[in-house]
Amino acid sequence: MLSKEEIRSIDHEIALVPVRRAACIEALKIVQHHRGWISDESLHAIAAHMEMSAEELDSVATFYNLIFRKPVGRNIILLCDSISCYVMGYEKIYEHLQTLLHIKFGETTPDYRFTLLPNPCLGSCDHAPTLMINQDTYRDLTNEKLDDILKEYK
Amino acid sequence: MERPLTQHINFNRTSLNLKDYVSVGGYQAVHKALKSMAPQDVTKMVQEADLKGRGGAGFNTGMKWSFVPMNEVGQIKYLIANADEMEPGTFKDRMLLEGNPHQLIEGMIVSAFAIQANISYVFLRWAYKKAAWLIEHAIAEAYAAGYLGKNILGSRFNLEMHLHTGIGRYMCGEETALLNALEGKRATPRAKPPFPQVSGLFGKPTIVNNVETLSNIPHIINNGPDWFKALSLTSDAGTKLYGISGKVNKPGLWELPMGTTIRELIEEHAGGMKKGFKFRGALPGGASTDFLVEEHLDVKMDYKSVSAAGSRLGTGTMIILDDHTCPVGFVHNLEHFFAQESCGWCTPCREGLPWTERILLSIENGEGRMEDLDLLEMHTHHLGPGNTFCALAPGAMEPLQSGLKYFREDFEKHINEKKCPWR
Amino acid sequence: MSLEVKKMAIIYIDHKAYEVTPGKNVLETCLTLGFNLPYFCWHPAMGSVGACRQCAIKLFKDEDDTRGRLVMSCMEMVKDNMYLSIDDPTAKAFRAQVIEWLMTNHPHDCAVCDEGGACHLQDMTVMTGHTYRRFNYPKRSYKNQYLGPFINHEMNRCIQCYRCVRFYKDYAGGKDLDVFAAHNHVYFGRAEDGILENEFSGNLAEICPTGVFTDRTLKAHYTRKWDMTTAPSICQHCSLGCNIIAGERYGELRQITSRFNGEVNGYFLCDRGRFGYEFVNSTNRVQQPLIRSKSSDATDKQSLYHYLKNILATDKIIGIASPRASLEANFALRKLVGKENFYQGIPEMEALLMRCILYILNTGHVHSSSLKEMESADVVLILGEDPTNAAPLMALAIRQAVRREPIQKGEMYIAHPTQTKLDELASNAAHLSPDEIARLGYAIANALNKNAPLPENLNANTLKLAKRIARILKKATKPLIISGTSLGSESIIKAAANVAFALSTDDKKASLSFIVPECNSMGLAMMKAPSLMHAKETIENGKANTIIVLENDLYRRSAKKEIDTLFNLCKEVIVLDHLHNETTGKASVLIPVATFAEAEGTMVNNEGRAQRFFQVFSPKNENFRESWRWLDEFRQFKDGINPEELKVPDDLMTEMVASMPQFKGAEAVTPDADFRMFGQKIPREPHRYSGRTAMLANINVSEPKPHEDSISALSFTMEGYKGMPPAPLIPFFWAPGWNSVQSINKYQEEVGGSLRGGDPGKRLFPKMPVLEKIFMNHIPPVFSPLPGEWQILSLPQIFGTEELSIYTPGVAERAPKPYIAINKKDAKSLNIIENESLQVQIQDQNYTLPVRIKKELPDGLAGIPYNIPGMCGIGWPAKGTLKKGKT
Ligand SMILES: Cc1cc2nc3c(=O)[nH]c(=O)nc-3n(C[C@H](O)[C@H](O)[C@H](O)COP(=O)(O)O)c2cc1C
Ligand code: SF4
Ligand code: FES
Repeated sequence: MLSKEEIRSIDHEIALVPVRRAACIEALKIVQHHRGWISDESLHAIAAHMEMSAEELDSVATFYNLIFRKPVGRNIILLCDSISCYVMGYEKIYEHLQTLLHIKFGETTPDYRFTLLPNPCLGSCDHAPTLMINQDTYRDLTNEKLDDILKEYK
Repeated sequence: MERPLTQHINFNRTSLNLKDYVSVGGYQAVHKALKSMAPQDVTKMVQEADLKGRGGAGFNTGMKWSFVPMNEVGQIKYLIANADEMEPGTFKDRMLLEGNPHQLIEGMIVSAFAIQANISYVFLRWAYKKAAWLIEHAIAEAYAAGYLGKNILGSRFNLEMHLHTGIGRYMCGEETALLNALEGKRATPRAKPPFPQVSGLFGKPTIVNNVETLSNIPHIINNGPDWFKALSLTSDAGTKLYGISGKVNKPGLWELPMGTTIRELIEEHAGGMKKGFKFRGALPGGASTDFLVEEHLDVKMDYKSVSAAGSRLGTGTMIILDDHTCPVGFVHNLEHFFAQESCGWCTPCREGLPWTERILLSIENGEGRMEDLDLLEMHTHHLGPGNTFCALAPGAMEPLQSGLKYFREDFEKHINEKKCPWR
Repeated sequence: MSLEVKKMAIIYIDHKAYEVTPGKNVLETCLTLGFNLPYFCWHPAMGSVGACRQCAIKLFKDEDDTRGRLVMSCMEMVKDNMYLSIDDPTAKAFRAQVIEWLMTNHPHDCAVCDEGGACHLQDMTVMTGHTYRRFNYPKRSYKNQYLGPFINHEMNRCIQCYRCVRFYKDYAGGKDLDVFAAHNHVYFGRAEDGILENEFSGNLAEICPTGVFTDRTLKAHYTRKWDMTTAPSICQHCSLGCNIIAGERYGELRQITSRFNGEVNGYFLCDRGRFGYEFVNSTNRVQQPLIRSKSSDATDKQSLYHYLKNILATDKIIGIASPRASLEANFALRKLVGKENFYQGIPEMEALLMRCILYILNTGHVHSSSLKEMESADVVLILGEDPTNAAPLMALAIRQAVRREPIQKGEMYIAHPTQTKLDELASNAAHLSPDEIARLGYAIANALNKNAPLPENLNANTLKLAKRIARILKKATKPLIISGTSLGSESIIKAAANVAFALSTDDKKASLSFIVPECNSMGLAMMKAPSLMHAKETIENGKANTIIVLENDLYRRSAKKEIDTLFNLCKEVIVLDHLHNETTGKASVLIPVATFAEAEGTMVNNEGRAQRFFQVFSPKNENFRESWRWLDEFRQFKDGINPEELKVPDDLMTEMVASMPQFKGAEAVTPDADFRMFGQKIPREPHRYSGRTAMLANINVSEPKPHEDSISALSFTMEGYKGMPPAPLIPFFWAPGWNSVQSINKYQEEVGGSLRGGDPGKRLFPKMPVLEKIFMNHIPPVFSPLPGEWQILSLPQIFGTEELSIYTPGVAERAPKPYIAINKKDAKSLNIIENESLQVQIQDQNYTLPVRIKKELPDGLAGIPYNIPGMCGIGWPAKGTLKKGKT
């Protein structure tokens, strides 16, 4: 079941496009914003609202890498693993993250505090290495900085 | 030296709001174009200015607009700013989006007017959170000031503008895939023809332009084609946003006359290589361009010269390979990216890229065989332009083919020594 | 005949000039020219998307260009003066490379793959010359899904050509199969395990170029394609007469695949047709002749004849024919009992509707559309039919006419009491009572031509809709009207005729298509015999005392009581059928007969197309003989002749056409039994057929003499003519290098077009006007429900309604359980909610049925699934009373 607020936001997006299902990506985003991820149950609810089959919606949902079809932690770490960050040593940061959080890419800490994901170029190449946690971008990373940064996220 | 795109951008402070922007001459071009020019004249002016698309392909922007059918009254058309910037090593549009969103909006209004589009989108990548907030805000300001909406400045021209943020995938930057993404579909590219100019978003005529391309438009309208051409040092008009990342002293982004040399960029603007690091090569315009090496340091960074040197200007943001970085690892990292970002539609890209990635990994790990180099070569031949459905895979082959050419001994060393010499 | 001058284009392929049709794509053209150019994602019915990159060739700017560039042949249109190369080394290397890529992750499990040996991927691999595997890393693998009783899923074999989703979603309108994820992880399947819902899912087995989607029913008794004995046949499960290839091994029917017919079913079949074949293998088959009065159950032919001798000689016999028996069988019955004693085994209402339809199609003022023609209609009007359930492949054809993606094609208007699957594509779908549908139709006709009668008291909405539809129809260049017998309404059929008449002018005929109940309903109706009701009268009046029922379960035709009475009045009830049913249960003499798979015969489909089906195999049980063979022997007996086995059914057809000229042409739909290709017969077994000398070794070590086929130009063996047979005699599609069904390309005049020598079948309706065009007037009054009385509608079901297909367990599984549908308002007035039971009385039958709410149903109407098990034998049209059931 979608909440009233979710439905309101989705309907707003639907009103902006000439065909209803064109708003389906927005709908996924909205629900993910509220719930953190898109469960099968959410998927069915959105699909019904968008007048699509679960298959049609999941086909779209699974194409994009930032729609989460599995539960994720409260905070999502997206570590840039692209070329400039590679040159500037993102792998060291990754190693450090692994020792701090005991998770690899694609994993979530058992307390659901963090999910760690690799992400292509974050567009901060002049300040590599870089990562994002939720809405925030951190640049010119060092292991020391990282220790402090993580403390901000509970 | 003029820096029309960035002269008012100050990185250490907040971006220009509407008031700031107007106070430095913003929205003049909207006044001029909407009130005193015919749409076709705007197109003509842009065509004459020889503004080439800054999204990577370098196609004449005015020419692209001229393919949009202009005779049907009431026809729905779309203008889209491509702000998906996901090419690794590229961070130029971000500066324009965060530093001066109104400049982009103004460019979009004029461009939409030129093709008589009444609906426009900024297709922004998800990671640019700050830009999203600023653009949202700027669009609201522009509506409030009457630059967007119905009957703009009494010209009877209407324009809606929406911000759409993506949810990942490099493919979304490819213009036809972007259209699919906007339509709520999988971002796989579409066959051309029909070209988007004729049948694009929801089957309607659509122009997709890069953020930097569009940000240039107000200045061309205000100052004319000759001025724009005179900005450049070479035959390709205008200024260009150049960037450098890697082991240099001052990685960054600069607006400079088109045709600035690589050497000048590295040595003067980026402050030279970091101490203890030597320049071995560079991708001049993002991940999907061919390596240039030491012998190319004096190549001018414009479309023609970089092509002549065997690479592409691409996005003009350079990634430097230094002597402490393994070239095999470097290329492996790139191919990993491209393999991940393949949409899965056509065979060569979907199956070929992961194979190259796999080979590069094994070479990097000291498990490669000499035949593997032939397999890599084979891929660079077969994944060329025209062989795949869109330009992603051919782009992916550029660093690989030139990497094999310039750094072959490094590849061979990995194979012979059965280990990575840099580890 | 007007000489149409088609401008041809000259293209050069590897320096040789060819004259070809412009506008086609280059891949199709190359294939038509006979080149072996590999491809995957392109399909003639679904077009090109350029995804697989397998069909690459070189295109040169002009004669002097030596470099050229690689292009995908499926994405290029033929233009005059095109210079192409297929043999170009770069193009060849690229094509081999594409296969190598596709095979990097393929499991190479051909040995255990159902597709093995009939696999497009295998063929293309060999064709491109990819032989050596250089990818030496681990392969990816996937989890398979359970997709229901019909389709098996083996995702590891996928080569990502996207054909499945393009067929299932875009072509067939399915919603529950899609592509998931991205890059080299794309997955084709459902969101979760479950039955594929689309009615055309079976085509996935033929659409998929490898073994991802395969026929699950075949799996249960698996045989390689080349080890099957196959014959050209006709689907028995609805009135469209789709062309099929039926395959047998060890006396068991194992698989049905589509037999391409450019005019009828094209490349496809519906799931009822493809999977409904298991009745042939059923344990419920009548095995032996049986004389009930005799103590011993089993009877041999001799004692049977002996017993029948008296009856045939002395009794007054009438014959009950069947809409599911062949023309030959029905005619043999007619010959046996005499024209005056020959009755159609269908209710009077159905006979009336069929007479009406025949009259309309025989006027020559309308064109009875083929399925192929339907695909190009620009406006479709459906009056009172649900094609997806009543004639599924017609729905598939209509979908092509009115598809929305990628561009909006034609328009469609539907009037039907309940929602149909095609509604989603309609510009307007009106849910009306049968009478209102007829009135709407009449109003449309009147809006098109003032000479057509206008119903009185039309409500404003109906009139407005009628005018709108008329306006659109008038503008159409290829309008198509669809109606039929499903709602049992003569008025609707006549209204449809009026619309078509109104649209037809001197130089243009509108297309009109009627869906009729069964596979040979049209052919039987053309024999112009009285209905079952008249047969009953004859018996009741004592004018006859014995009845011969041919392949017809009369308990499906009329209320049980009526049929019981009929049988009780008979001295002898002689029944010929292949499966036990209620009627065979009443037989005093029961004679087993061959099913379509063991018989040869001719049928007439809804379009008026006479088509021949051939015996697939000669059954182990020698009693499984064609009805016409039995009946002809009975006739000889009766005539006092010592029966001699009928040599060929052709003779029966010739005789039939002589006595009933309306069938002229039906005798010539296939070459005669004595037809030979260079002196040879056409083998039903491919030359790769294995184990013939050994397959019965467990029974007898010496190889039995293969059965000889005396009744057709086909042979039961692998010996015979190896080339391409005439189109109506194609038992299987195979061409050198093309072992999969894609070899159809080689059998077509132009790829995607008709079969060489023309598509099989002959249309029997007049091409020119032969009767005066008179508008019909059978306008019903405004429908107003009577309190306490419901008009009961029969709702055909793709799975369940048809008598024989239900023997396939998967079909039975998918058939609905009995229910009664009413709208919300009526439910409220009955104080009942969904799934609660209603006591339903129809005629004098009582049923307890759960309620299903269909909110679109008009007031006063109730729908029940038509002729599903447990709900047969209602006389239509029906009225009934509904009461809330006691719990
Ligand atoms: C795989 C791929 C990714 C692309 N990504 C971007 C992008 O992020 N931003 C962009 O402006 N153009 C991108 N392009 C280029 C666009 O397809 C298109 O050419 C461009 O937006 C046109 O704008 P322009 O004419 O102003 O350069 C991409 C192309 C490809 C093939
Ligand atoms: S499952 Fe078959 S039809 Fe679908 S993409 Fe894979 S190979 Fe093609
Ligand atoms: S058949 Fe031409 S690209 Fe697939």
